[in-house]
Amino acid sequence: MADNPNPNIDERQAAPVEVAPVKKKGVKRRIFLAGSALLVGGGIFGVWWTDNASKSKARSLVEGEGEHAFNTWMKIAEDDTVTLYSPHIDFGQGSHTALGQMLADELDADWTKLTIEQAPADFAFANADLAKGFLPEMAGETLAGLMPDAVIGMMARSMPIMITGGSSAIRFTGEVGMRKTGAAVRAALIAEAADRLGVPESELTTADSKVTHAKSGKVLRYGELAAGAAGRSLASDPVLKTREQWKLIGKPVPRRDIPAKVDGSAVYGIDFTRPDMRVATIAAAPVRGGTLESVDEAPAMAVAGVEKVIKLSDAVVVIGKGYWAATKGLAALSPKFTDGGHSAMSTPAIYAAQAKLRAGGKPDNEGGEGDVDAAFAADGVKLVEAEYRVPFIHHAMMEPFALTGHFKDGKLTIWGGLQDPLSTRKRAAKAAGLDVENVTFNPMIMGGGFGRRFPDVVEIIDQIALVAKQVPYPVKLVWSREEEVRHGTYRPQSSAGLKASLKDGAITALRIDYAQSGNAEGEVPFIYAIPATSRRHFAYQSNQIDGPWRSVNATQLGFYTESFMDELAAAAGEDPYKFRRKHLPDGSRHQKVLDEVAKRSGWGTPLTAGTGRGIAIVESFGTIVAEVIEATVNADGSPKVLKAWAVVDCGTTVNPLNAEAQIAGGLIMSLSAAIGEAITLEKGAVVQSNFGDYPILKLADAPPMIDVHFIESGAKTGGIGEPGTPPATPALANAVAAATGKRIRTLPLLTQAKA
Amino acid sequence: MAIGFSVNGKDVSVAAEPDTPLLWVLREDLALTGTKFGCGIAACGACSVHVNGELTRSCSVPVSEIAGKAVTTIEGLTAEDGTLHAVQQAWIAAQVPQCGYCQSGQIMAAVALIERTGTPSDAQIDEAMTNICRCGTYPRIRSAILAATGKAAQSAPAPAAAPVTGEA
Repeated sequence: MADNPNPNIDERQAAPVEVAPVKKKGVKRRIFLAGSALLVGGGIFGVWWTDNASKSKARSLVEGEGEHAFNTWMKIAEDDTVTLYSPHIDFGQGSHTALGQMLADELDADWTKLTIEQAPADFAFANADLAKGFLPEMAGETLAGLMPDAVIGMMARSMPIMITGGSSAIRFTGEVGMRKTGAAVRAALIAEAADRLGVPESELTTADSKVTHAKSGKVLRYGELAAGAAGRSLASDPVLKTREQWKLIGKPVPRRDIPAKVDGSAVYGIDFTRPDMRVATIAAAPVRGGTLESVDEAPAMAVAGVEKVIKLSDAVVVIGKGYWAATKGLAALSPKFTDGGHSAMSTPAIYAAQAKLRAGGKPDNEGGEGDVDAAFAADGVKLVEAEYRVPFIHHAMMEPFALTGHFKDGKLTIWGGLQDPLSTRKRAAKAAGLDVENVTFNPMIMGGGFGRRFPDVVEIIDQIALVAKQVPYPVKLVWSREEEVRHGTYRPQSSAGLKASLKDGAITALRIDYAQSGNAEGEVPFIYAIPATSRRHFAYQSNQIDGPWRSVNATQLGFYTESFMDELAAAAGEDPYKFRRKHLPDGSRHQKVLDEVAKRSGWGTPLTAGTGRGIAIVESFGTIVAEVIEATVNADGSPKVLKAWAVVDCGTTVNPLNAEAQIAGGLIMSLSAAIGEAITLEKGAVVQSNFGDYPILKLADAPPMIDVHFIESGAKTGGIGEPGTPPATPALANAVAAATGKRIRTLPLLTQAKA
Repeated sequence: MAIGFSVNGKDVSVAAEPDTPLLWVLREDLALTGTKFGCGIAACGACSVHVNGELTRSCSVPVSEIAGKAVTTIEGLTAEDGTLHAVQQAWIAAQVPQCGYCQSGQIMAAVALIERTGTPSDAQIDEAMTNICRCGTYPRIRSAILAATGKAAQSAPAPAAAPVTGEA
């Protein structure tokens, strides 16, 4: 379907900006490449301050009296306070604290005097270090290695890149930006102290935000040295601490954001308020792609507290004194919407169209190696085939969308929580018809996101810009939960045909044909050593806007591959763990992770009748995770998870306390989706409307015991927010098959188990 | 029409439409934004408060029904001198929150459960804690409830929350 499903959305941003097909192992995520160019200087890490007008303006955003900024990531005040400016936003993943650990450790800063703040949504703060991290995954190590830092910095600002996503904060911003900044600033402080004291640098030591000269007993505080040190040029490749020297990295440091989240004082986007502010709510066309035909405003205007009705091209907005007045006003309306020509769109129709596409045999992209067809045709092989399907699933972040906008004197100011402040400004500027310099965005903490808050799929940015421009007062636009559920940017409905050949108990070839909107080649690495592999993408676009859902394509591709591995093990008459193991390179990190989870879960030990174990291993975002789920099936056919184990190799865990929470949380989210979640379409419209018909797993149904174990391999640091999610779904499906003998190939399991 | 009740020990009078849910009166008229909007149909529990000591999902109770009653919100759990409620302290010790949005409601539900049962069993926790957490903090919620009642978590491993000060 080539038509733009939402007329309010700029085609250029809504559509993927494709890069050339990448066949190397790594990540290619379209969302990072949206946008157009805007340039600000270059840099080694962070962005260095130099004396030019645009940078001194940016510098003035963070540098107050008695404060000295070293680069975009940090400043030191004369009272010794170190302030870190995080380009990543907090939505529960804990990266603010972890980035602080990385900076403070290399800097030898006093942890109690470190403040962590949100970087301003200014283009000068675009995250070049993130671009540097993603580049090798997108373009390959060799090509990335040839690019000068200045070019990479330019790319970051041209994207512009200030995203929170891709499990990138620690592995890229932290490893490339924070640690190097901390080490380089520490070196500058030492150099300054050496000059002041007239002693060699080699006689100086640092700890707790002080430089000490042991021989003379003289001590200089970082605050005393900051002004002089900030004027020095910083080393471009400073010496980093070794693992043995870490004092904060790898330690279970309590998160800084948690106290305000237990006493009700944390202020989320939806909590924001201004004097004289009004509250609005919205109903968009039930069928995505539909438009507003007509609406009689009178019934809403008759509701007490309603002030205005605004018509957008595809939605109607009611503004009231408060949310309740706006909600009642909206409920009083009977807007007429078109269906945008999508009345034939339905969940079964999408699966049928995808099956037809796959049968047509004309893929848009193909990855893999070796001659799969020849292997399938070889003598004496056993062929196994299966078809898998996953529905649209919704992010269901607990804080519904809410943005506040105020248009005054030709300038638009927006407050709220989104995963990329810079793209938010650009999108709002475009919608409002303003220059981006006349749009300010104030990022706030978010009540979850999981991929829903990337500006390139967030229509409420356009909506608030258009609404704010029509009223003289600040207005907060709040989506109801119903609006949220029915107008999500879901993980795409997807289906796959898998085929493999077996000979002497080993896989000789494997083909995965999957149909969905986006191509996942290059994003989800194939981990098994199989002589011939082929993964073919068949592009199918419904009337929905597909968005990244926690761990993106690794969830459904993990479900396909890891369910099928169990089917192949069964066909070969082998144990699922041992069968996987022998297809992983001996001594590999993957094999160690798999072995560890088998050991910890007591794999192979007897279980009570009706209970089954399932195992799965998926690598995503540079991290390898294997999970075992022990489950049984309730009388009504629904799966009941009893216990869960996760073994993780992300290289290094910066904050094990938080990393454990991220893995366990990702695992539970995966179980929730696998068991009961589905967004279905009828006549082009979403059937579900709220938590009543979109069930999220609750405490009683979550495994009371989740054993999370980290292997500190010291390999390149991987992500932690997303990789816990993919393996749990196939591990549960495999456990259910082991318990019942019934292989479920269509999610959610609940619907299928009862069928 | 003015409706009078008490919130966190203080008498208030609000001029709101009688059918306005208590949630919106708390958030918009009284600026107590610790109580959250999640679903509007009493399905998720993000809006949980106590009304006359009873756990109540404030999104689905009209303010007219609150007249003359005593409401406690998350802000009211903390003592005047700033001392956190034992459950809030347990929440910090177990490092429960991730995004944190549902946690006010989770804490209000946990406080009500503990006030009702003393030391709840795992089964009582399962039955009472029906609030949705999308981040999946359930294992730590369970261990924090057990810790708050002086009972070590048996089924869920409590995280080793050792504060690190950063000293050498």
